[in-house]
Amino acid sequence: MVLILLLILWQVLVPLFEVPDWLLPTPYQIGLEAINSWPNYSGHLFATVRLSILGFFIGSLIGLGVAMILHLVPKLRETFYPLLILSQNIPIIVLAPLLVIWFGFGLLPKLIIIILVCFFPITIAALDGFRQTSGELLHYMKMAGANRRQVFWKLEWPHAMPSIFSGMKIAATYSVMGAVISEWLGAQEGIGVYMTLASSSFRTTQVFVAILLIMCLSMLFFAAIVLLEKRVIRWKTSGGGNPNG
Amino acid sequence: MAELMIEQLTKRFDGTEVLKGLSLEIQEDEFVAVLGPSGSGKSTLFHLIGGLYEPDAGAILLGGKNINGQKGSVSYMPQSPSLLPWRTVLDNVLLGAEIAGRKDQQAAVQMMEKAGLAGYEQSYPHQLSGGMKQRAAFIRSLLSPQPLILLDEPFSALDEFTRSEMQQWLLDIWQHNKRSILFVTHNIEEALFLADRILVLSEKPASVVAEFKVGFARPRSENITLTEEFLQYKKDIYKVLKKGTGE
Repeated sequence: MVLILLLILWQVLVPLFEVPDWLLPTPYQIGLEAINSWPNYSGHLFATVRLSILGFFIGSLIGLGVAMILHLVPKLRETFYPLLILSQNIPIIVLAPLLVIWFGFGLLPKLIIIILVCFFPITIAALDGFRQTSGELLHYMKMAGANRRQVFWKLEWPHAMPSIFSGMKIAATYSVMGAVISEWLGAQEGIGVYMTLASSSFRTTQVFVAILLIMCLSMLFFAAIVLLEKRVIRWKTSGGGNPNG
Repeated sequence: MAELMIEQLTKRFDGTEVLKGLSLEIQEDEFVAVLGPSGSGKSTLFHLIGGLYEPDAGAILLGGKNINGQKGSVSYMPQSPSLLPWRTVLDNVLLGAEIAGRKDQQAAVQMMEKAGLAGYEQSYPHQLSGGMKQRAAFIRSLLSPQPLILLDEPFSALDEFTRSEMQQWLLDIWQHNKRSILFVTHNIEEALFLADRILVLSEKPASVVAEFKVGFARPRSENITLTEEFLQYKKDIYKVLKKGTGE
């Protein structure tokens, strides 16, 4: 509702104040451009989709792997947890040129950027999920004679699932952003490239189309994870996962 | 030969003695209740038998084998049902057996049927009532292969009606699936109704201060709780408990 109101306001105010097109096009113009120039950008779009999905998968796997190792070896956790936080204080955009210097313009530096933005939310979410395992259930598992592996796979892992999905939702939307940033650095195709080309020739409408695409893509990824979550976590009660409830 | 034999068990935490020279034994297929004031080290005793702690002195023998500090030697039912919310009830009752590495799905389904949980195999724990969750938790410990079951105040969180219903249910199912049971409670009537023998613990440091053989014939029904004999037992035990807490 608010969104529609905002769009209408935008549509009305731009001609009213005689804002030139190259500064701020109207939503109608943007929509028209999005439909008409589909053949121009569809290749870019699919390139970005491929890149983000690949990066997201590798990033998620690494994120889960790191979380598992840090959780199962408390010593490592103490050492690396602060380092992990610190690594997130470096803005990706600053890191990007460095990666290009080290790894060139190929697929690798782009993937590294996406992985870097994806793995962190997943690692933190999974670690928290593992740690917040109900003490009562842990006590039962131990009394029943479960070893470390059984405790992890039968209790901590399923218990962390909802947290892991929260992390994955954040990571999925980040992955699109990571992909676009990585494409700015120099790529043959992708929304990032499309955007750079558009902005350098003052085709502002196309820049807005690119932004629109990024938003849609992020939402689509988010929805995909939500769907997956619904399929995987069928036991969740409306009142949360209280073991006694 | 006793199933469980505990000899002169002593456990200290930060210098305070929680258990001191505690000895008890449970025969095969015997139902023994341990009564004690709260904070008398009942849960410490369970943790020792469960192998979560090592005793400072003494030995725990199960079937003649020393199980000091050995996890997984006994089956356990905690105060809260502790069912895993993401598992179906069937998978939950199989958990104990699964941890021990031996699960039998068919036996589990049959047991659930006998226990009044038929039709709930594919339900999730949050769909069960409190009493049904405790039933599932007890079946889980029955399906575990260990010969001794520890029950840690399993009905204390239930309301009075459900509780007496559950006690009767427990006796019925135990009658048909005999195991050695060590049942901790602070409810005298519950101990009297269920157990063959009642051990009374002292305050910290805990040891066994009295033992009562409960002579009621099995199978028992709720009627025995109204007899003169039951009341007499209750008085005797109450006296010992009061002396034990120094009141």
